[in-house]
Amino acid sequence: MSAVTVGSTSWVDRVKGYSPPQRFVPVIATFVLFVSMFGVGSIRYEGFASPQVLVNLLVDNAFLIVLAVGMTFVILTGGIDLSVGSVVALSTMIAAATLRAGWPPVLSMVTVLAVGTLLGLLMGLVIHYFQIQPFIATLAGMFLARGLCYLISVESIPIRDDLFGSLSSATITLPGDVYLTYTAVIALVVVGVAAWVLHMTRFGRTVYAVGGSEASALLMGLRVARVKVGVYAISGFCSALAGLLFSLYMLSGYSLHAVGMELDAIAAVVIGGTLLTGGRGLVVGSLLGVLVLGAIQTFISFDGTLSSWWTKISIGVLLLVFVVMQRFFSRRQS
Amino acid sequence: MQTTVETGPSPTGVGQPTPVVQMTGISIGFPGVKALDGVDLRLLPGEIHAVMGENGAGKSTLIKALTGVYSIDAGTITVDGTPHSFSGPFASQAAGISTVYQEVNLCTNLTVAENMMLGREPHRLGRIDTRRMNQRAREVLDRLGLDIDARSQLDEHPIAIQQLVAIARAVDIDARVLILDEPTSSLDADEVSRLFDVMRTLRADGVAILFVSHFLDQVFEISDRMTVLRNGRLVAEHLTADMTQLSLVQEMIGRELEVLDRIDRTPADPAAPEPAPLMTVLGLGRKGSLEATDLTLHDGEVVGVAGLLGSGRTELARLLYGADSADTGEVEVRSRRVRLKGPRAAIEHGIAFSSEDRRAEGIIGELSIADNMILAMQASRGWMRPVPQRTKDALVAKYIEALDIRPADPQAMMRNLSGGNQQKVLLARWLITEPELLILDEPTRGIDIGAKAQIQQLVAELARDGMSVVFISAELEEVLRLSDRVVVMRDRRKIAERDNVDLDVADVLQIIAGEASSPGPADAAGAVPHQEASRA
Amino acid sequence: MPDLRPLVRHQLMWPVLALVVLLVVNVVATPSFFSIRMQDGHLYGSLVDILRNGAPVLLVALGMTLVIATRGIDLSVGAIAAIAGAVACTSIAGSSQESATGTAIVAMSTALAVCVLLGLWNGFLVSVLGIQPIIATLVLMTAGRGLAMLVTDGQITTVNNPAFRRLGAGFVATLPVAIIVALVVLGITAVLTRRTALGMLIEAVGINPEAARLAGVRSRTIIWTVYVFAAFCAGIAGLMIASNTSAADANNAGLFIELDAILAVVIGGTSLAGGRFSLTGTLVGALFIQTLATTIPTIGIPAETNYLFKAVAVIVVCLLQSPQARAALAVNRRPAAAPVKAGVA
Repeated sequence: MSAVTVGSTSWVDRVKGYSPPQRFVPVIATFVLFVSMFGVGSIRYEGFASPQVLVNLLVDNAFLIVLAVGMTFVILTGGIDLSVGSVVALSTMIAAATLRAGWPPVLSMVTVLAVGTLLGLLMGLVIHYFQIQPFIATLAGMFLARGLCYLISVESIPIRDDLFGSLSSATITLPGDVYLTYTAVIALVVVGVAAWVLHMTRFGRTVYAVGGSEASALLMGLRVARVKVGVYAISGFCSALAGLLFSLYMLSGYSLHAVGMELDAIAAVVIGGTLLTGGRGLVVGSLLGVLVLGAIQTFISFDGTLSSWWTKISIGVLLLVFVVMQRFFSRRQS
Repeated sequence: MQTTVETGPSPTGVGQPTPVVQMTGISIGFPGVKALDGVDLRLLPGEIHAVMGENGAGKSTLIKALTGVYSIDAGTITVDGTPHSFSGPFASQAAGISTVYQEVNLCTNLTVAENMMLGREPHRLGRIDTRRMNQRAREVLDRLGLDIDARSQLDEHPIAIQQLVAIARAVDIDARVLILDEPTSSLDADEVSRLFDVMRTLRADGVAILFVSHFLDQVFEISDRMTVLRNGRLVAEHLTADMTQLSLVQEMIGRELEVLDRIDRTPADPAAPEPAPLMTVLGLGRKGSLEATDLTLHDGEVVGVAGLLGSGRTELARLLYGADSADTGEVEVRSRRVRLKGPRAAIEHGIAFSSEDRRAEGIIGELSIADNMILAMQASRGWMRPVPQRTKDALVAKYIEALDIRPADPQAMMRNLSGGNQQKVLLARWLITEPELLILDEPTRGIDIGAKAQIQQLVAELARDGMSVVFISAELEEVLRLSDRVVVMRDRRKIAERDNVDLDVADVLQIIAGEASSPGPADAAGAVPHQEASRA
Repeated sequence: MPDLRPLVRHQLMWPVLALVVLLVVNVVATPSFFSIRMQDGHLYGSLVDILRNGAPVLLVALGMTLVIATRGIDLSVGAIAAIAGAVACTSIAGSSQESATGTAIVAMSTALAVCVLLGLWNGFLVSVLGIQPIIATLVLMTAGRGLAMLVTDGQITTVNNPAFRRLGAGFVATLPVAIIVALVVLGITAVLTRRTALGMLIEAVGINPEAARLAGVRSRTIIWTVYVFAAFCAGIAGLMIASNTSAADANNAGLFIELDAILAVVIGGTSLAGGRFSLTGTLVGALFIQTLATTIPTIGIPAETNYLFKAVAVIVVCLLQSPQARAALAVNRRPAAAPVKAGVA
């Protein structure tokens, strides 16, 4: 990451002989994909190349970015979290229900975050201490969260709170009359914090170590249990936060919100170059992955003649391409 | 089993430093196996101590007891006189014990520096100080004379370098005890001597080094003292200077005291005309596991393969069967050139193979005896043509009876059988396919004496009926009792091939120990200095 | 012999017990629960409904059982079900003789052929390219519903074909066709796995892949076969769902059916780690899920909360299967046992 100048070779030599480290290749591929999608879009459609379109990708997908960040932590350890979509729905429900009951908005937000984190923590504990596959444990979490939603209310609950309302509509105007919402800013901050944690803290490096080889990490004497449980708690927290952002976006709580959103999050992480077997990947990649998904949608909405289902099909195709690429990448390694 | 604990200088003698690690009466059991039985081990500061033993002797179990991976059932471990019971690797590390395992236990997805520093990275302002971490890694690598970019990712380097990085990690912990579990198995001669330099430096610093290697030359070159284990028990502790390779090999392999029935073996008549071979391999080899090897197998002949653990005996068997694919070499079966792409191809050519690792590569634990027996036959028929129930019942009943398998219940779950009975079921699996060549890798390891005698008897009978058998065993008596011809392996190559005429255990021991070089009929050389033999 | 019996009994005991408890709860809540009436020569009643509504899940779960036995998983079955419905309905709707029996047969055959192709695709990714099953099938899970919409052009395609409608809503000899079809497929699966060597080889591959390879088992073919079979079963389920409403809804047909199917398999005692499988267990599991869905509104709890009960069921079953949890139960009965007990009720 940071350029540490060591050694006697001049920078000129190093720039000339530079080839990106292997771990950046997938992310670079995603970046190139994103840029070229944007390039093609700009050529084909009028108004596509505006900065606002670009920024809207962030604005419209802020919750997905946060979700993908949490998912990145989990997938980096070689796990998976299917519960995130449901936890988003549950978060919107809790927020809407507590606000309707007259709770102060801040308390309501804290409750949402606490519940999400707690759910994640529970799943992590079950996964680690009872050695239940992440897939099935988080599947249970997914059902649990959806069930709790319905327990709160079967109907959609509107959010009429002032703070939520103002947060939802407030924008920051950037130079060039481009506006940005606070939700997008929060998403970017989350990406930044996550990148910092993953690369600058022992916890983060242990996440990578566990994903690289859990047995080795154990033998190195690293705190594997803490990390394996921790990533699910983080994912739970991120899901809750994404839920808050989503409730700002929708201004309602509803049990059927975010159905299947876990798939989008997983797809974004994979397209962002993170290996589903764990140990390799960057949060920035997941951000790019979300942006690629967003760009597909923008592409289709600009086109007008393309039907909406092409979104799903192209996400599937992209997933396939990246998964197969990863497969050959890892086969060459071994 | 003789267990003479002969200590070199008396442990309580004057001028003798107190052991930094003292393990006493260590016992560890797994379901059905006693892996360690009352073993003692002591490590003195500033010594290199080798632990020697064959497969199943308990070396790795002993090491894992010391590193806290396994918890011990009985016995005590003291470090610096303080008793410890390690709850995990972390606790053991905290007590100053670091380990470098046989398989590189690092995370190849991280950088060299991270692998060395993980868990104790230098911090600054609450974050990892990457610059200082790289710098410290650099210093340690320099100290070991290793020219590796600390910031490069580990998987960009070959295994040998990864191994050295693992050692560098262990060294950086400022360990007072360093355990090296077969660290040299993937290093070339240069790297080995570099490693030995590092080990000597550390010894001079007062570090106690526990060294496990199956390369005898290396052990004699570097170690000061050795502990020999066999079948989970302590055989003896010696000063290396008091030992010869021959005496060591004798202790490791041991001598079977149980008297087995004499097996009728009519040695091949040397005057008879050479029959057409069943199988001929020329230059069969695989990088990192076996150097190019020639071998000819005949019908009705038992070829014994002798050699220590890691000598290439298992690798040879796997290549003959196609379980691993060979890089080099030609294979002819019945004078027809064939390619052994995998087990299926081998089975089609009438070859069967029973792996040394019964649990991981043999049994299907949750299936019945009957299903396990029929598996290979069924696999070659494909799923659409099930073996008719009647045939199946008859075959299973026949072999349960013939091999005296207990319980004699075809539906008993394989997992619940004893080792000997599992082995018999696996033999039955292959006999049902009526192979022409049967490759048995340590078929009698870890099974009771009765089953062992039965299996030996069976092998002799099969050969008498015309089957060609490759019989691999760590026990030389067994190899000599059964074989018509003996192939001796060492350092991943065939070093001798003798007709089993007037050959006794002592002869074979000498060949293995590399002390005799009377020319054999079909081999290149008897004694091979290790350094040449290891992989280029 | 004495070794095996308690184990078999043990594995099926819990799911059967759970099912019985549910049925008892139902009878207490609605005493007429077990009554079955004959009306116009057709059987009606809660039990018949459970069987009929549970048929698609049972079908999908049968295929899933075999996939899971090989240490795999197939997430794409819901999407495949949607595609089957879409293909069939589009084919019928586009036909010149929309209500002819022949049209329905052609449509259903086409749909199942497409499903077999999709199964081949999944199997290719898993067994040839060696991609983890969960990821390989995720591809089709994501893209599949898009493909279904592509087929139906984004519409809910309704059809009017009596023959097609019979599959999901019709009766033969007093019994709903759906039940008969599901039971026939169950029977075929049982014969296919237990009368041929497929079941044994699947288990061998699932329990110890390396030992199976060394014994010469064609793991690749076996694995490929189970994915094709799973897709085929999903296809029939998809046809059933579409037939029941005489419409193909690309978005919602078979939504979450893969999760219900996995749940049924797990409840039925087949471990997600692969190996021994129990088709009877899967049948019990599927019935349990469907009965649960029926029970909850009966006893006055909002129907939607059945997710909550499913979650509890998954957790309980997994903990019962987990050696660690069992050990915790055995060593320290009270703290570990409490949540489990609470879950069963």
